[in-house]
Amino acid sequence: MAITSVKNLKEFSTANERFEGAHLLCPGCAHSMIVRELMNATDDNLVIATNTGCLEVSTAVYPYTSWDTSWIHIGFENAATAASGAEAMYKARKRKGTLKDPDAPVKFVAFGGDGSTYDIGFQWLSGAVERGHDFTYICLDNENYANTGGQRSSATPVGAHTSTAQAGRVSYGKKQKKKDMVAIMAAHGAPYVAQLAPNKWKSMAKGFQKALETEGPCFINTVSACTTEWKFDPKDTIHITDLATDSLMFPIYEIINGRELNILYRPKNVIPVEEYLAAQGRYKHLFKPENRHVIEQIQKDVDEFWEYLQRREEAKV
Amino acid sequence: MAEKMDLQSTEVWDGNYAAAQALRQAQVDVVAAYPITPSTPIVENYGNFVANGYVDGEFVMVESEHAAMSGCVGAAAAGGRVATATSSQGFALMVEVLYQASGMRLPIVLTVVNRALASPLNVRGDHGDMYLGRDSGWIQLDAFNAQEAYDLTLMAFKIGEDINVRLPVMVHQDGFITSHTAQNIHPLSDDEAYAFVGDYKPVDEMLDFSRPVTYGAQTEEDWHFEHKAKQHRALMDSYVVIDRVFEEFEKKTGRKYKRLETYMMEDAEVAIVALGTTVETAILAAKQLREEEGIKAGIVAPRTFRPFPFNEIREALAGLKCVAAMDRSCPMGAMGALYNEVNGALASIPADQRPLMTNFIYGLGGRDFSVKEAKRIFREQKGHADVGYITTPIQQFSGLRGPKLGFYEVKRS
Repeated sequence: MAITSVKNLKEFSTANERFEGAHLLCPGCAHSMIVRELMNATDDNLVIATNTGCLEVSTAVYPYTSWDTSWIHIGFENAATAASGAEAMYKARKRKGTLKDPDAPVKFVAFGGDGSTYDIGFQWLSGAVERGHDFTYICLDNENYANTGGQRSSATPVGAHTSTAQAGRVSYGKKQKKKDMVAIMAAHGAPYVAQLAPNKWKSMAKGFQKALETEGPCFINTVSACTTEWKFDPKDTIHITDLATDSLMFPIYEIINGRELNILYRPKNVIPVEEYLAAQGRYKHLFKPENRHVIEQIQKDVDEFWEYLQRREEAKV
Repeated sequence: MAEKMDLQSTEVWDGNYAAAQALRQAQVDVVAAYPITPSTPIVENYGNFVANGYVDGEFVMVESEHAAMSGCVGAAAAGGRVATATSSQGFALMVEVLYQASGMRLPIVLTVVNRALASPLNVRGDHGDMYLGRDSGWIQLDAFNAQEAYDLTLMAFKIGEDINVRLPVMVHQDGFITSHTAQNIHPLSDDEAYAFVGDYKPVDEMLDFSRPVTYGAQTEEDWHFEHKAKQHRALMDSYVVIDRVFEEFEKKTGRKYKRLETYMMEDAEVAIVALGTTVETAILAAKQLREEEGIKAGIVAPRTFRPFPFNEIREALAGLKCVAAMDRSCPMGAMGALYNEVNGALASIPADQRPLMTNFIYGLGGRDFSVKEAKRIFREQKGHADVGYITTPIQQFSGLRGPKLGFYEVKRS
């Protein structure tokens, strides 16, 4: 049984299981939580396409598979296109009457990391969304190329240390700001776009359901805390994600039809970004006196973005 | 239901239109495509069929050729008939996904209108793109004219989708010379064509949820080798089905195809091995030489560039005196691919039956290849044959302006 009414964690934990526990993701990786939650959010048949990345290499190592549903991986950049091809085939075969079970509802989903979503697969995602295929794209955003050992992506935040944007004697880590992928996808006119987090599992499940039920291309950016590259204890994944959402480094919100922005989570007590940064090894160097200014800048950016989201929500734009 | 089209027994079509008509008659479920010169009219003509109700399938105009082939892979894994078209740079952009399509054993049909690869940018025909695909695990059928482009496109579905093959298939035709030149074409009727191709039979389809499938798994040194070996074997063994489909097509139309086409080879002493429209040029040249100068010239032309007709080449060329392999693609630091592969086939026959072999690089970027030049090459081979050794550089450039360019001389004892 899938989550038809999302009430409590017990119900969630006993829900339909189509993602098998035996996989090779790091202990404490948030990817599997997000994937399970998506698959538990619906009883419909699922065709899932996955870009090359942590999720893909950890869940389909021949002769094993963690996917108890239809699943395809082609390359680094083209899961959105694989999903759109499969969706087109579904429409053609439904019209021609060649489907085995023509009445069973089918949902098409694509997963990609931030590398394949923000960077190498950006064009493929944009094209698939512009064409209006009925599918949901979920980015598992761990803010780096984790599968290849933690290189920078355009989702890596300012100040984070990665192996290709290193902190060193004369560097405080990544200099460039994180790309605002949610805004870009909303600007495509996608009917449903959201940023969600697995610690707020109710809003995540509801957001997934909304996306799956919405006809047309939907995009969801999910924060996926990376124990290996963010450098925190594997048992602290949800704790770190709490710090991310409560410091507003990862605000939780949705944008409907590119025009209506709703904030889905307002922390009762907003914590300083410093608490979030201090909990992770990738930001350790920012606490040196010469780098404190970067923390101040991050706080300023986060405040401004939160202000911007609230203004948009209030103005209903 | 898609509307049917009334066709005359003889139509005047160019190669692009012929290919588009074959895609329509096969009633492809998903065409995912991106236009590029000179194959653009295939996509445009197909779009016209879609817009006027002649096609029931989906037509997905994607944002690049990489996405075109990616969409084809996703669609094919979802259990239906899939096709697309491309050329040159588009083909190059697709290459990553070509390997993935064949590795997943998805019988996609790709109509390739051959065109040169940049740089310098060039829209005219040569075989640079065709050669780029030769290790990609696809069956490669080569049409020498528009009628063959039509015939082979229909046959490509039947070959690739056969349960004993399950491989993607390219159908090549030469840019502009075939793709944009109108000829008399004898098409099948819509009903005959579809009956010949048959209904698509889904295998391991993603839309059968009673039996979930995982496509595109990871293998490392433990299993990758076995997978690739099986794939190679499927391609090597595909000749059985190719021969059968060629026979069935001949029964239906009277038009005969062979994996290695041979012309005037019964008594030939010298031969040209070529691909594409050059074959017809060489045939004309050989006929004239036989009449005018008594040179026993013949032509050998792989219809299947992949699987390469190794045995057939060996049988066709054993005992000849001199053979020129014509490569319409610049090999860049080596002998031409056709030369190497033909020579490889000949290496296993006894030395006294092994012909001398030369290599011509020609026709790059659409440079014309004339009957006159073909005759000159035949004559030159006759000259080698008469003295018993290669009197020119082994590799020469035919039709190049400026000083002659050639590589590797034969040392005489």
